[in-house]
Amino acid sequence: MIGWLVRRFLQMLLVVFGVVSLAFVFAFLVPANPARMVAGPQASPVAVASIARQLGLDRSVWSQYLSFLARLAHGNLGVSFVLEGRTVASEIWGALPYTAFLALGGVIWEIVLGVPTGIIAAYRPRSLIDRATTLGALFGLSAPPFWLGLMLIYFLAYKVSLFPLNGVGHPLIWYMVLPSFTLGVGGAAFYSRMVRTTMLQVLRSPFIEFVRLKGMPERTILFRHVLRHALTPVVTMLGMDLGYFLGGVLIIESIFGIPGVGQLAYNSISTLDIPMITGTVLVAAVFMVVMSFIVDVTYTFIDPRVRLSRAK
Amino acid sequence: MPCGVPFAPERASPRVAGVINLPENEIVPDLVGIEPVVLSQPNFWSRAGKSLLHDPVALCSVLFILLLVVVAVFAPWIAPYNPLREFANGLSEVGAPVAPNSHFLLGTDEAGRDVLSRLIFGARVSLLVGVVATALASTIGVLIGAVAGYVGGVTESVLMRFTDMVLSFPILLFCVALIAVTGPSTRNVVLVIAFAYWTYLARVVRGQVLSLKEREFVTAARTLGVGHFKIIFKHVMPHLMPTIIVYGTLGVATSILIEASLSFLGIGVPLPQASWGGMISEGQQYFQTAPWLLIAPGVALILTVLSINLAGDWLTDVLDATRREIGR
Repeated sequence: MIGWLVRRFLQMLLVVFGVVSLAFVFAFLVPANPARMVAGPQASPVAVASIARQLGLDRSVWSQYLSFLARLAHGNLGVSFVLEGRTVASEIWGALPYTAFLALGGVIWEIVLGVPTGIIAAYRPRSLIDRATTLGALFGLSAPPFWLGLMLIYFLAYKVSLFPLNGVGHPLIWYMVLPSFTLGVGGAAFYSRMVRTTMLQVLRSPFIEFVRLKGMPERTILFRHVLRHALTPVVTMLGMDLGYFLGGVLIIESIFGIPGVGQLAYNSISTLDIPMITGTVLVAAVFMVVMSFIVDVTYTFIDPRVRLSRAK
Repeated sequence: MPCGVPFAPERASPRVAGVINLPENEIVPDLVGIEPVVLSQPNFWSRAGKSLLHDPVALCSVLFILLLVVVAVFAPWIAPYNPLREFANGLSEVGAPVAPNSHFLLGTDEAGRDVLSRLIFGARVSLLVGVVATALASTIGVLIGAVAGYVGGVTESVLMRFTDMVLSFPILLFCVALIAVTGPSTRNVVLVIAFAYWTYLARVVRGQVLSLKEREFVTAARTLGVGHFKIIFKHVMPHLMPTIIVYGTLGVATSILIEASLSFLGIGVPLPQASWGGMISEGQQYFQTAPWLLIAPGVALILTVLSINLAGDWLTDVLDATRREIGR
């Protein structure tokens, strides 16, 4: 068990290291000259060369790579090329609360919409409710989020002024209802189908038949046995989703005008602010890797079968 | 690596906001048991046809896909107007888009262009990007997955850790960042989607090859002196076809959504070429006065993705049923 944990942790570190290296290669591949971008289009070649020296761009790839790693180890993601004198880390740190709020809201919508509909659909297969949720789930999975978001803004914020049009304000939760719904609806559809499938599997398994024959009431069976099995994959997927959402939800943040990490990434891409692009992509990837590690470990504790297989 | 764990969370695919997640073990039945003969069985196609007639939903989605293909291929003949032509009577006196009428069936956009014609040419872009990107991604994914699974050892570790790394980047952000480097063009959109998407198939294929290579027919081929290369491509590959078909179908839907998202962000298919995502992006500002600018391309996107997904579900069912019938 401990051995597995250590191995899994080392594996995570390896992937993080690989991700960091990929981000470096990425920044290196950008055709535009970073020094020219810092200096501005009017700068003289001499000025550009001196900035290149300052940024260490005249050194070899390997020495640049090493200093990149050394900087990262201190939590230094570099300085923005475009936003005068701002560090990438502080910008991301400032945008993170909005994204975190949005991510949390998205995950809550996923649970609230996805899990109950999946359970009902599994208990009454082929019923009207089952068909309706299946149809709704397929719609939720197929609707592009940017389109769904615009529709929600049009009908619920513009036609009927139930919610603010866009941006953030006070109270924040009010401004987050529509964006988090847009974010969560695709996942909710996915969970609804997943819960339905796993529930049907569990309901057909011999041990459920056994407790039923023992005379255990249906309600107790559902809460004590079926849900426990059916919700394990949901827990893991939720963890992955949270990690993914925390990396910034580009499109939804830009439609709703939320100044989160996704918006930051998008703006930096349109201005070709290389350190900011690398920084945001890196942070997003690290969130995913770390969450998948946490999920993996949690899983081991929830499911005794997994724990036993890893104890070997 | 705890690969033997039946539902190891590593297998949970990182989800893409709004983009269909490749359903993993929980949703798609395990297709590894399906023999290659399934596809060449005469009763496979008759069964497929029959099940289609008994399943109105699947029938509708397959018909819709066929219609879409026809429309995309024959776009210049079907579209009423040139999608780029800016009509003088396509704008009202105040210069606003014209609502749907007998002349412009779906109205005009902010430049006085015919929305229906743009929609039809947009189908071309969506399908082209979806199919080509998926074909590329599948080729890369199957090659890497098959080699990793078959060879094992260090090769497998290196390939799969690389796959993990690429998978760690959120797919849309990854595509956006790559486009920022390569510059927006239709070709780059295809390449970027393919480069971000192959990872999903590589994982699944590796898992299947791991179990396939332990089977008797591989041992038999080895004993007869067949080379590894030939075993992978001639003997193992046919067994992967059902998986490749199902994942490929879903991949087209995902690629279409990513293309639409990129075009919506203004870094996909370059303007003024018509693409559904681009149309939604351009129509955004006029939505309050001209809602048809958003509704038409949005409905087209939803119907397309929905039909492809439903067709994928149906295909999975048919493959599964045929396997059970021939008793393998």
